[in-house]
Amino acid sequence: MKILVPVKRVVDYNVKVRVKSDASDVDLANVKMSMNPFDEIAVEEAVRLREAGVATEVVVVSAGVANCQETLRTAMAIGADRGILIQTDGELQPLAVAKLLKAVCDKEQPQIVICGKQAIDDDANQTGQMLAGLLNRPQATFASKIVVAGTQATVTREIDGGLETIEVPLPAVLTADLRLNEPRYATLPNIMKAKKKPLETTNPAALGVDVTPRLKTLKVAEPAKRTAGIKVADAADLVMKLKTEAKVI
Amino acid sequence: MSEYIAPLRDMQFALKELAGLEQVAQLPGCEEATPDLVDAVLEEAAKFAEGVLSPLNWSGDQEGARWHDKAVTMPAGFKEAYKLFADSGWTALAAESEWGGQGLPKVVSAAVNEMWKSANHSFSLCPLLTAGAIEALVLTGSDALKATYLEKMVSGLWTGTMNLTEPSAGSDLAAVRTRAEPQADGSYKIFGQKIFITYGEHDMADNIIHLVLARTPTAPEGVKGISLFVVPKFLVNDDGSLGARNDAYCVSIEHKLGIHASPTAIMAFGDHSGAIGYLVGEENRGLEYMFIMMNAARFGVGLEGVAACERAYQRARDYARDRIQCTDIGVRGGPKVAIIQHPDVRRMLMTMKSYAEATRALAYVVAAAHDAAVHHADAETRKRNQAFVDLMIPVVKGWSTESGVTIASIGVQVHGGMGYVEETGAAQHLRDAQISTIYEGTTGIQANDLIGRKMAREGGATLKSVIAMMRALDSDLAKQGGAHFAAIRSRLAAGVDALATAGEWVVATYGKDVRAASAGAVPFLKLLGIVAGGWQMARAALIAQAKVDAGDGDPFFPAKVVTARFYADHVLSGAAGLASSVTDGAEGVMALHEDMF
Repeated sequence: MKILVPVKRVVDYNVKVRVKSDASDVDLANVKMSMNPFDEIAVEEAVRLREAGVATEVVVVSAGVANCQETLRTAMAIGADRGILIQTDGELQPLAVAKLLKAVCDKEQPQIVICGKQAIDDDANQTGQMLAGLLNRPQATFASKIVVAGTQATVTREIDGGLETIEVPLPAVLTADLRLNEPRYATLPNIMKAKKKPLETTNPAALGVDVTPRLKTLKVAEPAKRTAGIKVADAADLVMKLKTEAKVI
Repeated sequence: MSEYIAPLRDMQFALKELAGLEQVAQLPGCEEATPDLVDAVLEEAAKFAEGVLSPLNWSGDQEGARWHDKAVTMPAGFKEAYKLFADSGWTALAAESEWGGQGLPKVVSAAVNEMWKSANHSFSLCPLLTAGAIEALVLTGSDALKATYLEKMVSGLWTGTMNLTEPSAGSDLAAVRTRAEPQADGSYKIFGQKIFITYGEHDMADNIIHLVLARTPTAPEGVKGISLFVVPKFLVNDDGSLGARNDAYCVSIEHKLGIHASPTAIMAFGDHSGAIGYLVGEENRGLEYMFIMMNAARFGVGLEGVAACERAYQRARDYARDRIQCTDIGVRGGPKVAIIQHPDVRRMLMTMKSYAEATRALAYVVAAAHDAAVHHADAETRKRNQAFVDLMIPVVKGWSTESGVTIASIGVQVHGGMGYVEETGAAQHLRDAQISTIYEGTTGIQANDLIGRKMAREGGATLKSVIAMMRALDSDLAKQGGAHFAAIRSRLAAGVDALATAGEWVVATYGKDVRAASAGAVPFLKLLGIVAGGWQMARAALIAQAKVDAGDGDPFFPAKVVTARFYADHVLSGAAGLASSVTDGAEGVMALHEDMF
């Protein structure tokens, strides 16, 4: 069984992001980039499934600039077997990425695709769902537990009300939530081996996908600074302020 | 409390731009160390240092290693962290592939080791000592010893120690009294007490391999009568499994100023029946073998100085950003501001930052020279690099670690009263940093090694060639405009002049009045340190400026130029004073009769 894991190169979670002075986007110049943490969880899960004998191969795929190679190498250091880079310098929106991934899936025919549930840069939470739609396959999103048996995956999902367990026939698209696993620290021998694992480079045109953005970003702004709080005299005062000032009740 | 974040940007700059990582990767045997692989290694090491080792630093200090019934219990979390460390392959980074190592060059292990040391000084000592023992066995052990011990030590399954010091044999190893009695089967029985044995006992690994200096019955007096032995905690059966407990016990551990999580053992060998030991190499050559490794060990400790500067800087910087106190200077009635805005706090933070970067640059450059000295195809190039390494090792060790203490002390000062309170963590860095100036040879020992063996013995030839390299930078500096480069250029020129004058004086004086030369040894070591650091900061500034001129918008580069300028004005400017201490200071050092103290 083959598992495909898309990985995205994003601003490192430790970085305090800044908005460009022209408010067009987040400033990515000279900012530390790393693998989207949810994708790291997805890679870890796929590698565990291979180590458990459920899967035989883990393929990681990334779409974006040439430096996405580093992200693929990181995934291969965790244990993925090979990588595919869909190289493009332009903006990629979730639908375009989903189309690119569909084209890769058509070629690779994975039984399972595990995506991160969302990327920490744009928090879109769309690619996995769109990919399932394009592939016309079942989806099980926000997984905190995945059990694969035969041609079926039993997935525990994190939903607002608690946990929901569903069964999906394979092939299927799953998306990983935070509690699915705790990714390992890559070992030094695996970091060195990752360098020698196969990495294939392609591009949107070769995959026959038009990645032209469908959405236009009007403005990017920093969240409003938190202002100082106030002390309320008593519960009645609090309720009054919530009603008249905050207007939330 | 702020956790350590590996300074990858500056590390990569120092590795690539100053130490010449790409050239190192072209050396025979170093081909694996391509820049992209090194980046990946550094990033994963950073994750480990930040995520596993740093969170145990404070708790390890508070809890400390505990001794009971000849066993040592490590602080909570250390055993698990060590297992993960070994399982992740970090113990094998530098070791040769024949024994399961990755054989990465010194310049890479230097950067990785700096991270372990910054994140958790106490923890880092276990792999450091093991690496030293591995190196000793690789260089001098018999095939049988290598086959029995090396693979398991490289994999981290077993750890190693260095047993040199005895109560009456500290800096003076000629006084070693531990006895080794030959046995019929070719082994020896070891009897004696060793002190200050770092990780001499702990519960993180299955076996501990002690390398012990001892005298055989027929050995001559003094340094030429000391042999080196392998003494395992558990004897090893022929099939590699663990056998009987050897008569080598930890009878106590020290209560120390710092590195509380690192057990410093008092080892008793042969209190019962005699500890079984195996000769390493030939009899009476133990100290010689130790000296082969001494450079590596001293370099490793020197990195602790870099690591201390960096760690103390990060904590002080984070505190200074958060701590609101007083209005901006010169503003009455304005809003209270973070102390990072106050000029004196800035001065302290810039001092910390510039020392961290200067000591790092010098250490990595020396590490790269070491790689060239070992691996370069051309014998003349190997020799030239080895001479540079030999000269600079006592500087990397002595100057960086003394700087570590100074910078950790400034770190406490930035915190004000809160720094003197343990909970902020700044005090631990100061307590931990102090040991690095002492073990593997005190600063005084380093300085005397520098002026004697490394300078006077060869008439100061290598120093002169280093000074020539420093002076060669002047023409490039002269081409740059602006106040930053004017200051860097004039301070570096003055510093190099002071170094040349003091260096000539040391070489000329050593033969006729060694006491006078020795009285100025430590000031000279510091002088060479700050000027060599200034040399690297000037190189860094030139490279950074070239990037800016080429349109690179990374704010790291202009910051590097400013940091080099600060270093020139605030650190390099002290060169002349140190030079006078060297050339004029001996009389005041030695004039008083002992009774007057």
